[in-house]
Amino acid sequence: MKKNSLKGWLYLLPAMLFLGCFMVYPLIDVLIYSFEEGYNSASQTYFGVGLYNYSYVLRDPYFLQAVKNTFLLVIITVPLSTGIALLISLGLNAIKPLKNLFQTIYFLPYVTNTLAVGLVFMILFKKTAYTDGLVNLLIQAFGGSSVDFIDGPYWAKMFVLCFYTIWVVMPFKILILTSALASVNPDYYRAARMDATGSFRVFHKITLPMISPMIFYLIITGFIGAFKAYSDAIALFGTDLNAAGMNTIVGYVYDMLYGNSGGYPSYASAAALILFAIVLTITCVNLLISRRRVHY
Amino acid sequence: MKVVLQNLTKRFPARSKKEKDVIAVNDFNFEIPDGKLIGLLGPSGCGKSTTLNLISGLEAPTSGHIFFGEDDVTRLPPEMRGVGLVFQNYALYPHLTVLENILFPLQNLKGKDRPGKEEMLEKAREAAKLVQIDGLLERRPGEMSGGQQQRVAIARALVKRPKVLLLDEPLSNLDARLRLQTREEIRRIQQETGITTIFVTHDQDEAMSISDMIVVMKAGVVQQIGQPQDVYDDPVNLFVATFLGTPPINVFDASVRSERLFIGEEPVLPVPGVKDGQVVAAIRPEGFVLDEKGPFSLELRRVEVMGRDTSVVSVHPAMRGVTVRSIIPSRQKGAVGGNRVRFSLLSEKVFLFDRETEARIRFDA
Repeated sequence: MKKNSLKGWLYLLPAMLFLGCFMVYPLIDVLIYSFEEGYNSASQTYFGVGLYNYSYVLRDPYFLQAVKNTFLLVIITVPLSTGIALLISLGLNAIKPLKNLFQTIYFLPYVTNTLAVGLVFMILFKKTAYTDGLVNLLIQAFGGSSVDFIDGPYWAKMFVLCFYTIWVVMPFKILILTSALASVNPDYYRAARMDATGSFRVFHKITLPMISPMIFYLIITGFIGAFKAYSDAIALFGTDLNAAGMNTIVGYVYDMLYGNSGGYPSYASAAALILFAIVLTITCVNLLISRRRVHY
Repeated sequence: MKVVLQNLTKRFPARSKKEKDVIAVNDFNFEIPDGKLIGLLGPSGCGKSTTLNLISGLEAPTSGHIFFGEDDVTRLPPEMRGVGLVFQNYALYPHLTVLENILFPLQNLKGKDRPGKEEMLEKAREAAKLVQIDGLLERRPGEMSGGQQQRVAIARALVKRPKVLLLDEPLSNLDARLRLQTREEIRRIQQETGITTIFVTHDQDEAMSISDMIVVMKAGVVQQIGQPQDVYDDPVNLFVATFLGTPPINVFDASVRSERLFIGEEPVLPVPGVKDGQVVAAIRPEGFVLDEKGPFSLELRRVEVMGRDTSVVSVHPAMRGVTVRSIIPSRQKGAVGGNRVRFSLLSEKVFLFDRETEARIRFDA
């Protein structure tokens, strides 16, 4: 028995070494940085230990703006993208001809580079000297006045960011949901048909509970993913996100490390740990809810 | 409610141009009397499940008609037919409790058909009591044994008081002991409710033991319909003879010369009224009688004692299959020994078939 457990540890060793080096150690390091006041990465010195970094970050208007942006992004995109993905998956699951073609088309964005997609969105939304952008041309065609989605009002920029995020995360969700729908045993539907079950009731009482584990998986990973959003904002608004007022928490961390105002690993660490605490809390809440709602 | 199948045919279109259309059910005619238990029997792919689906309405026939009583239900959707269907894998909703599963069909009812809450509960409890799961109403299907799930599925099918109950391979997911128990149970429930019941199985034991009538099918075509014992004792063709019975019937290439049946070079049985020629002879295992002076000799391989009966396993050059298995009473097993064993045959257990058509050739026993 003892020999066996030794062997087990030996098998685990490579993975543990890697995880230790590249995950656990940096995590602890970040924790330490976040409490070291006035840390200087060049000279490796600091002059105090305490909560100052946290209080600085929490009072920094850029950070507060980033938190607001991130929360808005999460609250808007996660339910919307999951809901729309569910609708599209139900549609894809219901059609017979060209099913595979449509599934491929809906999956294409997933294999497309984020920045390339960002470029396409710029063409759609950005105002330049030569054109107002495709969307604005459409708005004008319908008699509205054009809006600058990239450099204009906050709600317009937020709209583009959410739209973009939803569009980018959609394919993966559709993939997961179509396979979840396809794996529901057709006998359940046949049984429901024998009993004259209405189509809404079939969806509500059979389909939804059957795929609920996958839906909760998507919601949890969706929350985590949206909290960690960064590249999407860069792709749309460029690297100076603070100036655009469209920074996210991860973007703030990055800026504190390497950006124009960077060079403050302590602030960055504190911000990262605050994000960690937020994500952990939300995920725990999610799991608690899902344990009550997903049963089987 | 009697069920009439009239020229029922189901043709599935070929998947590609190279393949032929599949005729799953071919010109099925049968009048199922009211309140009987009918077993649809056949090897897999014989069209028995398709027949069940046609009766349930889940599939539409290519041609032919289905009547429930006097009503033509051929074009009626499944939910309008008043049919209860129990699926092979039970298809119980895993996230609902037993009670919720049984209530499900009732909750679908609309308008004046919809009973009140109390009435629904009462009906569900009644159905649960009938299948003896009234103590398990709060469980979920995952927390129950296969036999219990089976009962829940039957209760769910019965709760709407269907005119016809259909069971698709009801026992195939149960272990041997439970299978015996459950088939008695199905028989009891059927008799208590008096609902015309049709069940599909590939297990001839199952069909023979509880059915009032069995329908033997092969490749979409009905081979024989009758009471189990009649079909067993009087098969119309070689397929039916070989499909029914455990251990299976022993088949020999044989010939008839001057009204005597020859297996190999031995005349084994007089068969009055049969013309000379090549035939197939099939002998039930219980048709062999140990007899030192018997006309039929075989090379003895081994003797298997299985409780009540003893199997004598032997070989013969003219046999089809691997061995010839005959069943003798256990008290006679001492009489078997040496290299050869001799039998005389019971003429009512010997069937002759045409070599080409495999149709039965009758003789005066």
